[in-house]
Amino acid sequence: MSDAGLVVVLLGAGTYVLKALGPMYFGNRRELPSKFKKIALLLPTPLIAALVITSTFSSDNVITLDARIIGVIAAGIALWKKLPFVFVVVIAAFATALFRLFVV
Amino acid sequence: MAVNDAQRRSIRAQAISIGLAISPFGLAFGALCAESGIGVWEALGFSSIVFGGSSQFAAVSVLADDGTVIAAITAGLLLNLRSLAFGVSMAPSLKGSLLWRAGVSQLMIDESTAIGTSQGTHELRRYGYLWGGLSVFVLWNATTLIGVSVLSEAESLITDLGIDATIPAAFLGLIWNKLENAKHRAVAVIGAITALILIPITPAGIPVIAAASAIIWVRPWTIREGDNYE
Repeated sequence: MSDAGLVVVLLGAGTYVLKALGPMYFGNRRELPSKFKKIALLLPTPLIAALVITSTFSSDNVITLDARIIGVIAAGIALWKKLPFVFVVVIAAFATALFRLFVV
Repeated sequence: MAVNDAQRRSIRAQAISIGLAISPFGLAFGALCAESGIGVWEALGFSSIVFGGSSQFAAVSVLADDGTVIAAITAGLLLNLRSLAFGVSMAPSLKGSLLWRAGVSQLMIDESTAIGTSQGTHELRRYGYLWGGLSVFVLWNATTLIGVSVLSEAESLITDLGIDATIPAAFLGLIWNKLENAKHRAVAVIGAITALILIPITPAGIPVIAAASAIIWVRPWTIREGDNYE
């Protein structure tokens, strides 16, 4: 099996356990410790922020500065202007493509 | 009864719009798979079996950077820990046979929980959860398929059209609203800096996993009940 296939199976199984534990095990009366809930709901933010960084700057363990940065800045402006998600993504691609075409 | 019908109609509209809203993200995920040399079946496996947007992006990004399988799985699971909290909050509205509960659990994602938990009765919560989950499931897999098959045919299109920049843009979009909250903003900044420092010195995947430690700095367990920090 390819690495990607292995990740699909194992991450899929682990994720399913996390998804199903509530409906399968916890009923009306059982509650998760509130500490856990607070951590679980806060956790995605730093992870996704890190993903913004790695998908912008990282290529093969080196910090790379390229046209993607322009796209991310454009996306930030679009989000700040409260544009719908579709436009945010399209603007990021468009800005990056233009920069590649005319600047680098 | 008429009130209930109107509510159901509005839930269906909400579910379909949320499905359409995630569609570009599905295309971007397909594109990321194509860019990383991941085939159509594996891409669809991610979108149907794992079925958890940010964790799929995280796992594939780690693999694309030549990270290990373990690092990819760990990053994905950390992102999906919240499904456990979602499941507990939706459980009272999803009662039924064992098989039913096992089936609907697969739809336990941000969007289905968001629509479900914002309804007033158990019946409407269940309705919102199912519509939200199914709408996203169908459109997410369809757009993944389009993204991976169209873009794997023409790999240079990914950089020519700037599609590689849609990945960080989509991630930024996912956390943007949360950044209005001071605790979320703090952990985002600390997480981002942690990742930036670690990129050149650790294997791929580790910067993302290590960013989780950012939450220690804001001590989430001290957040009071009722504080709006979601």
